[in-house]
Amino acid sequence: MAKKKKNRNVGIIGVGQTEYSSHKEYQNQAEMVNEAVRYALADANLSLDDIDCVIHGNMELFEMVHQPDMWHSLGSGAFGKDQLRITTGGTTGASLVCAADNLVASGMYDVVMAIGLEKLQEGHTTGGITNMADPLWFRHLQTGALTGSTASMMIEEFGEERAKIAAMKYRILMDKHACLNPRAHRRLGLDYDQMENLMNTSPKLVGELRLIHMCSQSDGACVMIFASEKKAKKLSDKPVWIRDHITIHREETFNNFGIERPEWTMRNAARKLFERNGIKDPLKYFDVFEMYDPSAWWGLDWLREFLLLDGDEHLKLLENGEFDLDGKLPVNPSGGVTASNPIGATAMLRPAEAAMQIRGDAGPQQIRKKVKHALASGFGGTMWTVMVMLEKELNW
Amino acid sequence: MKRIAICAVAQHKCNSNQWDKRFQGMLLDVLEEIQEQTGFTFDEDTGVRNVITCSDDVFDARTISDNGVTDVVGAHYRGEEKMAQEGLNGLGYAMASILAGHDDVIYLAGHCKESQPESRNVCTNLAYDPFYGRPMGLDFLNVAGLQARAYVEKSGLTQQQMAKVVVRARQWAARNPYANATDQVEHGEVMASPMICDPIKSLHIYPISDGAVGFLLASEERAHEFSDNPVWITGFGCCMDSYFMGDRDIASNFALKKAAGRAYKMAGIKDPKKAIDLVEVMDCYAYQQPMWLEGLEFCKDGKGPKFIDESGPAKYNVNLSGGMLAGNPLMIGGLYRAAEAALQLMGDAGEHQAADVKRAVVQSTTGGAGQFHTVLVLEQ
Repeated sequence: MAKKKKNRNVGIIGVGQTEYSSHKEYQNQAEMVNEAVRYALADANLSLDDIDCVIHGNMELFEMVHQPDMWHSLGSGAFGKDQLRITTGGTTGASLVCAADNLVASGMYDVVMAIGLEKLQEGHTTGGITNMADPLWFRHLQTGALTGSTASMMIEEFGEERAKIAAMKYRILMDKHACLNPRAHRRLGLDYDQMENLMNTSPKLVGELRLIHMCSQSDGACVMIFASEKKAKKLSDKPVWIRDHITIHREETFNNFGIERPEWTMRNAARKLFERNGIKDPLKYFDVFEMYDPSAWWGLDWLREFLLLDGDEHLKLLENGEFDLDGKLPVNPSGGVTASNPIGATAMLRPAEAAMQIRGDAGPQQIRKKVKHALASGFGGTMWTVMVMLEKELNW
Repeated sequence: MKRIAICAVAQHKCNSNQWDKRFQGMLLDVLEEIQEQTGFTFDEDTGVRNVITCSDDVFDARTISDNGVTDVVGAHYRGEEKMAQEGLNGLGYAMASILAGHDDVIYLAGHCKESQPESRNVCTNLAYDPFYGRPMGLDFLNVAGLQARAYVEKSGLTQQQMAKVVVRARQWAARNPYANATDQVEHGEVMASPMICDPIKSLHIYPISDGAVGFLLASEERAHEFSDNPVWITGFGCCMDSYFMGDRDIASNFALKKAAGRAYKMAGIKDPKKAIDLVEVMDCYAYQQPMWLEGLEFCKDGKGPKFIDESGPAKYNVNLSGGMLAGNPLMIGGLYRAAEAALQLMGDAGEHQAADVKRAVVQSTTGGAGQFHTVLVLEQ
């Protein structure tokens, strides 16, 4: 909805998720997809007959399956239906939500089911991610998804002690949320009195990016069902409305910008999205933010960008507990990506959790105050961003 | 429903080994050609804010194959979404993005270099599940052999008729500046070419091809800013068949018939034989041309061979580009088909321009033995 109103409104009417874990030897990819499809259909109280179009996404080279939607059709319910496959790296899950929004709003389909999945156990994640780098120029330099540069930039800006404590506080907060979420993969039971210890003993990956800061490799699938306003109102008691979405990519290299930090895609996307929707103070407007945070350092750094903050405002908010479940803007009640990361689904988990929060059906991690306005983000590729705005009411 | 415009197309000439250019270079060529034709920009207010790309991680041997092309499709600080299927689906998705009101101008670009991998069959073997299909050695070529055999049994298609399809494809390809295999072949040469997967002979198989295609699409309101004679997308449909070959009736055109039915319905077409005067089908193998034409309802079930003998392809202007048999990459075979159909409807097809064409249907397929089909209707 870049400039004008959508052709018609689109509601989320069903969400289904498998549990996320490091191993799922008891099911193959199509079976794992099927499990999440069944949960989503049950959640929406629909059958496959009600679905007009299925959209599918994951990363081919993680599991080394070419055109995996062909095989997954055994479990996805796509047989006999229109089906599209859209992938954008880590942002895939969120891109599928954007695509579903477009497909339903277009009038071409009334009910669309989106499937994001990954079974990282069956491949080599770091090898897969390293393979995204240009084979001539960068592949020999790429270290999978591990980068220590954000940690060193934050340490330089805020001092070593404050930055390291903040990143660890963020990490432990995410784990506290994950421990509430019965589907989260890593529920470590961390507490704030372990901060000092973890800061020094967790194995270093790259610089001050330590193992404890980094996201997991998970297996799992997430499915969401979308319907046109008319159908959503008929089929669901509490549809959650997609207000707007935006995708901002950037080219793969950073080196032609010299030493000056370019505008992060997170800020670029947030700026444009909030401006065209008249959101002046995102911190005040949104009741929950589900953010794709691949590491504690990235998550914390990006909060400043997404919320259009300056200086150390994001650190202060964290230090004052404002991102806690009872804070000003709860961040990642699901536990976020450091807890669960089935990559092709990860960016869909964000709007999925946000929708459940708006519905009031999030379970143990439900935010106590009423959730009316939710923000979700996806991250992928070479610092790409997708943002999705969800609303409880159709009154914007 | 409103119409969506194709304002411009650009095709990179297909070659079997474009060793002197990376796929980024090929994409840049098509982008610059379209910018030259239309003057479009990536201005945030008046230009392209969203790009759709089409490519494949396995063929590119790159995870997230679109991350290597962001700059050469103009998506730096813009939106970009990758259609990770045969590219014709990208046109369907572009249609949705514009109809939804989210965008009004979209640039779409697809690329594939089949010369890069060890072999196409190594890539498509990976489409089979690691438990049953893959260890058996299934790939898109040998499952096509199974389908061709089943279709021969059903329809009585002969080697003579398949040779006829190939000879005609090369004749048309010679007039298409973007086609790859333009060498003329005699009927006897096709008949004498080595048997690869009975009944598929080597000259029945589309040649290994590198290519790139670009499109500029716009809403009905804005189309005329970029083109004086836009072509309109009026119908889109696709359909998935089942996965295991044993679960499918592989000579039945199950998915294609449904995809075509949906596209025709959206375009308001009741009788395609009356309504359509140009057809581009994705015939990766010679047997597929008559078979897909059955699925598109140009002849009755099992009557494809007769249709070939009675010069049906000439009557309906089938594959005047030369088709896949003249060589386009698998992942963007449908995009090349659509580009050709669009040029024909614009009247810009040059030496192979057909007379008086008003409405075209374009078909593409993804997966083994046509597990998935896509159909697009274009109008003047």
